[in-house]
Amino acid sequence: MSYELSHLEALEAESIFIIREVAAELDRPVLLFSGGKDSAVMLHLAVKAFWPAPLPFPLMHVDTGHNFPEVIQYRDERVAELGARLIVASVQEAIDAGKVTEEKGPRASRNRLQTQPLLEAIEKNGFNAVFGGARRDEEKARAKERVYSFRDEFGQWDPKNQRPELWALYNGRHRRGEHLRVFPLSNWTELDIWQYIGRENVALPSIYYTHRREVFRRDGMLMAWSPFMSMMPGETVTTETVRFRTVGDMTCTACVPSTASTVEQVIAEVTASRVTERGASRADDKFSETAMEDRKREGYF
Amino acid sequence: MELLRFATAGSVDDGKSTLIGRLLYDTKSILEDQLAAVERTSHARGDEYVNLALLLDGLKAEREQGITIDVAYRYFSTAKRKFIIADTPGHLQYTRNMVTGASTADLALILVDARKGVLEQTRRHAFIASLLRVPHLVLCVNKMDLVDYDQGVFDRIREEFRQFSMKLDVSDLSFIPISALGGDNVVTRSEKMAWYQGPTLLHHLENVHIASDRDLIHLRFPVQGVIRPASAKKFHDYRAYSGQLLGGVMRPGDEVMVMPSGFTTRIKSLELAGKPLKEAFPPMSVNVSLEEELDISRGDMLCRPGNPPTASQDIDAMVCWLSDSTQLNSGSRLAIKHTTRMARAMVKNLHYRLDVNTLHRDEQSSGLKLNEVGRVTLRTTVPLFFDEYRRNRSTGSFILVDEGTNATVGAGMINGPAVDR
Repeated sequence: MSYELSHLEALEAESIFIIREVAAELDRPVLLFSGGKDSAVMLHLAVKAFWPAPLPFPLMHVDTGHNFPEVIQYRDERVAELGARLIVASVQEAIDAGKVTEEKGPRASRNRLQTQPLLEAIEKNGFNAVFGGARRDEEKARAKERVYSFRDEFGQWDPKNQRPELWALYNGRHRRGEHLRVFPLSNWTELDIWQYIGRENVALPSIYYTHRREVFRRDGMLMAWSPFMSMMPGETVTTETVRFRTVGDMTCTACVPSTASTVEQVIAEVTASRVTERGASRADDKFSETAMEDRKREGYF
Repeated sequence: MELLRFATAGSVDDGKSTLIGRLLYDTKSILEDQLAAVERTSHARGDEYVNLALLLDGLKAEREQGITIDVAYRYFSTAKRKFIIADTPGHLQYTRNMVTGASTADLALILVDARKGVLEQTRRHAFIASLLRVPHLVLCVNKMDLVDYDQGVFDRIREEFRQFSMKLDVSDLSFIPISALGGDNVVTRSEKMAWYQGPTLLHHLENVHIASDRDLIHLRFPVQGVIRPASAKKFHDYRAYSGQLLGGVMRPGDEVMVMPSGFTTRIKSLELAGKPLKEAFPPMSVNVSLEEELDISRGDMLCRPGNPPTASQDIDAMVCWLSDSTQLNSGSRLAIKHTTRMARAMVKNLHYRLDVNTLHRDEQSSGLKLNEVGRVTLRTTVPLFFDEYRRNRSTGSFILVDEGTNATVGAGMINGPAVDR
């Protein structure tokens, strides 16, 4: 008998430990569930962490209103299957209430507008721990983030003033009004996520696998055409065989040409890819050198 | 595939960023868009070469100042292993950052500039790695290209460091001559240093034996929580304790003792998410069901009868102070987190402050400031169930939290129960 864990088993054990720690120490956690692959894995781990007891916290989706229908369908199916409680923080409602202003022009995206409804929902529900599926390998600012990321009463992240995080001794203490963002998948990479999806048979929205879609080229990326997009001169819509590496707001999530229809094929594709997933598919990160850091400072996940 | 966590140490000019950049680049872990972004920024800043350090310094303030502010974590893998690098900045708040990075590391990599040899901070980094009981230490003698790949230089540095390290508690020490800039002996073997017969850095990282670093003898299972489905008819009788194994091996049928109550019972079953396990070992997260219904809650610990951890409210420990705004003094009252136990602690005595450069003990010290290390006696409000840190890094470590600001202000390593109570 060998007492060695594979890297996936070690990552799973660590994530489950973190999720259980939060549930034990903080009385009002919530799990952000977008229907994307990372939150799908995080939810799978959370279910494992407490099984056979039901999830001891609700799920929350920050809904931009510009969603891929396949993702919303998947979200609702998962919620129903688990009998979980879903809270929807709506960007559309925030716009309608005049709390945030919709961007204009063909590159307009609601991505940045998610922060306000998220913070408002955290405050309204009194959540003090918010699980997110962010991974440190995704982006250079995220490489600096703690597993327990302290946020002040404005939800702000201060990268210069983070709590040292030693051993597996996480510090969840906070004052009323402050909260923690918790990232149980911090140490996972895109490849780990896909290998785990394969190993555990985690269901995903269909758009993670190959399909035919109306797309157009912008900034070197393949954007999905939708009624939320306005075209710029010279842009034309064609139908191509694609899949998504990440899913987010339709207006800023691009797809990649792909014929991968199984997890094994996706793993082969991810292994061979010479472009990061965010580089391949996120228009919002290209806004500036520090786009992610800027958003995170404001309270984004 | 196994997971290896390592921490890097070295000052800015030792070429740490270049080495990490080189490891990532040569293992094809830097992708085209990341490289393009670094090239773009290097060009915009007027750098003469593509500055791989930009890949590592992800924050705006870091790029502005050209310094690394805080620990960052990097990932790469080869066919043999997956690696997590704790990239700790060398010169700013060094001890605190290195303690943070080293606390979870299987291996510490210390860089030395071949032209400068063993410096005060080389000794400091080595001392911290030994204090934190990082099981494997690698001294990389970098910039060999600038000393004409001279074996004599390497041998002198190796000998000097070996002499110094005899004062420390280092069990596995390796020396590798490299040039991070040229890639010599990092991923590929250098033809310019034919005199060096050892492995390349990557080969060493891929093959260093870490499986036996864990304790498989002394059962340590701190209870994280109780899993008891309230209403599910199907799981009417289900009651299990959740937690992560920090030592030992558990099998159904084994006799276990519960601390603090001292009751003994047997393990009925082990499982995770409905999947039964024949055995569990560190660092697995599992559910444990016991034969008898006992009063067990979070913070309690399962162990084997006859082989318990020490239970005491009086603790002798080394503490590294992490706060820049407060000091640790005799009489300080703090919150303490140890395994899954939260309690309060009072500093009964500060025995000495240890100079991390000279290892001199200052017994007149009145308090510990940021980045200082000292030996203390603590009295806690409830007993903690612990082992010496040298025997188990998980049951021997704790953090101290300021109850006013909630900041994590101290990192502690337990020497044993205090004798001066």
